[in-house]
Amino acid sequence: MARPRVRLPSQAKPGEIVEVRTMIDHPMDSGLRKSETGAVIPRKIINRFECLYLGEPVFVAELQPSVSADPYIVFHLRARGSGKVEFRWTDDDGTVYRDEATLTVV
Amino acid sequence: MPLPDIDRRTFVVGGTAAALALGHVTLVPRPAAAAPNEFKEVIKTLLGREPKEGKVTLKLPPIAENGNTVPLTVGVDSPMTANDHVSAIHILAEGNPAPQVCTFRLNPNTGKAEATIRIRLAKSQIVTAVAQMADGSAYIAGAEVKITVGGCGG
Repeated sequence: MARPRVRLPSQAKPGEIVEVRTMIDHPMDSGLRKSETGAVIPRKIINRFECLYLGEPVFVAELQPSVSADPYIVFHLRARGSGKVEFRWTDDDGTVYRDEATLTVV
Repeated sequence: MPLPDIDRRTFVVGGTAAALALGHVTLVPRPAAAAPNEFKEVIKTLLGREPKEGKVTLKLPPIAENGNTVPLTVGVDSPMTANDHVSAIHILAEGNPAPQVCTFRLNPNTGKAEATIRIRLAKSQIVTAVAQMADGSAYIAGAEVKITVGGCGG
């Protein structure tokens, strides 16, 4: 269900600031909502998102229940070499959802 | 820091009226979207210092029909170099059941101190962004949002 999607240019110039858009399908259950039967729907959110570029952290987002369902996050990175851009979303249940892209710097 | 029996707006407006009545009127214009004072105290305690106004740009729609998904963009004026960069941006919603919304952690590899996210707002309120810089200084900005239908459960 938690399908991650990332969008960034495939190519950039050295030093260029690149915009990265990410989204993952997730209900982000806040733990405050009740079901039709009145039972509290337990909290289950993506509590952490991180992006690594060339193996180094570029951006981290620590999320709380006040973040909307299907977390959509846009951030930037400075192009400094061709290589892998990795994305990780950590669920409350411990699951880590991953995606990756390649950025070519010329 | 719940204020159970009093609506926050009433509290803040009431406080301002009281200050006016007592003649404690400063000539410094207070921005309409500044965080309520008691909330600022909490932020000051958390940071261990008082954040300054400026450098932070917080963009939210002034009126949001659906509190379940309100777009937010925060930017900080910073060159993002090794010595001078933003290390963290905290987003706070004082009118939500839990005021902490999210924290972004940045470093010089980020290149540009700007991020966008979609958040839930339970009711009309002032959203606050606090940026922590590499040298330990902190900057704050607020944006008022009116909500037609609240998010966060119900």
